[in-house]
Amino acid sequence: MTAAGRKAPGGDENVRSTRSAQGSGLAALAAGLGATKALALDTVTLPFANGERPLVKYPQKRPMIGLTSRPPQLETPFAVFNDGPITPNNAFFVRYHLSDLPYDLDPDKFTLEVKGKVDKPLKLSLKDIRKLKATEIVAVNQCSGNSRGFFEPRVAGGQLANGAMGCARWRGVPLKAVLEMAGVQSGARQVTFNGMDGPVNDKTPDFIKALDLDHASDGEVMLAYGMNGEDLPFLNGFPLRLIVPGYYGTYWVKHLNEINVIDNVYDGFWMKSAYRIPDTPNNAVEPGTAPKATIPINRFTIRSFITSVPDGARLKAGAVTLRGIAFDGGKGIKQVEVSTDGGKTWVGAKLGKDLGKYAFREWKLPVKLASGSVELKVRAIGNGGETQPDTPRWNPAGYLRNVVETVRVSVA
Amino acid sequence: MQRIVLLAMTLAVAALMGSSLAAPVNYKTPDEVAAFKPGPNLEVVQGNCGACHSSDYVATQPPMKDKRAFWQAEVTKMIKVYGAPIDDADIGKIVDYLAATY
Repeated sequence: MTAAGRKAPGGDENVRSTRSAQGSGLAALAAGLGATKALALDTVTLPFANGERPLVKYPQKRPMIGLTSRPPQLETPFAVFNDGPITPNNAFFVRYHLSDLPYDLDPDKFTLEVKGKVDKPLKLSLKDIRKLKATEIVAVNQCSGNSRGFFEPRVAGGQLANGAMGCARWRGVPLKAVLEMAGVQSGARQVTFNGMDGPVNDKTPDFIKALDLDHASDGEVMLAYGMNGEDLPFLNGFPLRLIVPGYYGTYWVKHLNEINVIDNVYDGFWMKSAYRIPDTPNNAVEPGTAPKATIPINRFTIRSFITSVPDGARLKAGAVTLRGIAFDGGKGIKQVEVSTDGGKTWVGAKLGKDLGKYAFREWKLPVKLASGSVELKVRAIGNGGETQPDTPRWNPAGYLRNVVETVRVSVA
Repeated sequence: MQRIVLLAMTLAVAALMGSSLAAPVNYKTPDEVAAFKPGPNLEVVQGNCGACHSSDYVATQPPMKDKRAFWQAEVTKMIKVYGAPIDDADIGKIVDYLAATY
């Protein structure tokens, strides 16, 4: 992070100042600090160069950090993550690639088509899908480019801070059940997914993603119509989207209306050329260089955040309880450790309720802070033993960021 | 009487539950307020870049050391990868504008 970024932590505090107090003295203090740095009531400044963003209000959404307007891309104000492990529907991030959205779609006429290498091609209405046995899963969705704005050297693409992630309780039917209804033929290798959103220019590749058949039929990949007890918000894929637990959001196709079983490996642009990570042991390359070989992006890297104290906050010396969240690609969180001395010593935090291995896991830890400049750090350890690196890994697309996060505060 | 009230309530609940599936979404996004900054060849940029995406796609990109190379690569990507129908004569104008303005 740049020195300028630290001086003007901006964004989250500005948002916080428009929100109700969070029951935390820290939040109130932070709001006071942020208010003096606010550029305007309707603007936030993310903590990297060229990080000014409008706060925008869309139907079904609370004020969100506006990245782009056509197609819409909205980032969740980070303070939301301190409110609990479930991200409200009206605060959930939005990411589209192509500008032709199905703004007028009629749910009564909606059909999901299942075709290709199947014995019995299907055309299912929303009512047909809702009649099937429903399941629920609490799972994090995170944009592949979440935190891209922090990459150094900077890279092209959507310049996001840490708010392109969220955790929801998804309700729907296992993709496995629908594939079984259709009867997958022998020789099938992959399943492709296409949504109703598309390009405005017919030469632009339509947004189509693919999963290997084994993955698609693992019983966890889901066709979801419900989110936190409600219908999906329009901008999160109403009326049906794919849920791929533990995998980056690029696979979570919105407005899903076409499933195609194929007997080869899908080679469309959004799999073959885009959303690729270096084929190296840690999926990183020397900063500023290009990888020799790449593979499709897949599972989340393990991450953890302090949510109760924003960067740049002023805190009172003495006892305070730090809070936050952690998640990984599906093994689940074993432990979260916190340092209040810039990473010299670490103490285990108390983990919150386990909502499942794909969910945000809350943590909290009472600490005592002495006066001065303090670097708070947090790192998670997964059930598979993996943890977060002390220095950021780098790749040209700005994916997979999971460096140990640091929150700098002044204590007096 | 009680039975009639119960029936009426049941019908009302059924109507409510059905209502989420009753009409087209008709989702309205807020007006697009972001605009390309004034600069050389502005109208060429508005016509080409703005055909597929809003100007904030450009405005939010990071400050790069070699602006011209960065924007040349972006314009090339838009043409080669995303199929943007940009006349050859306009490519240089667009890169000039982006390098000078953002």
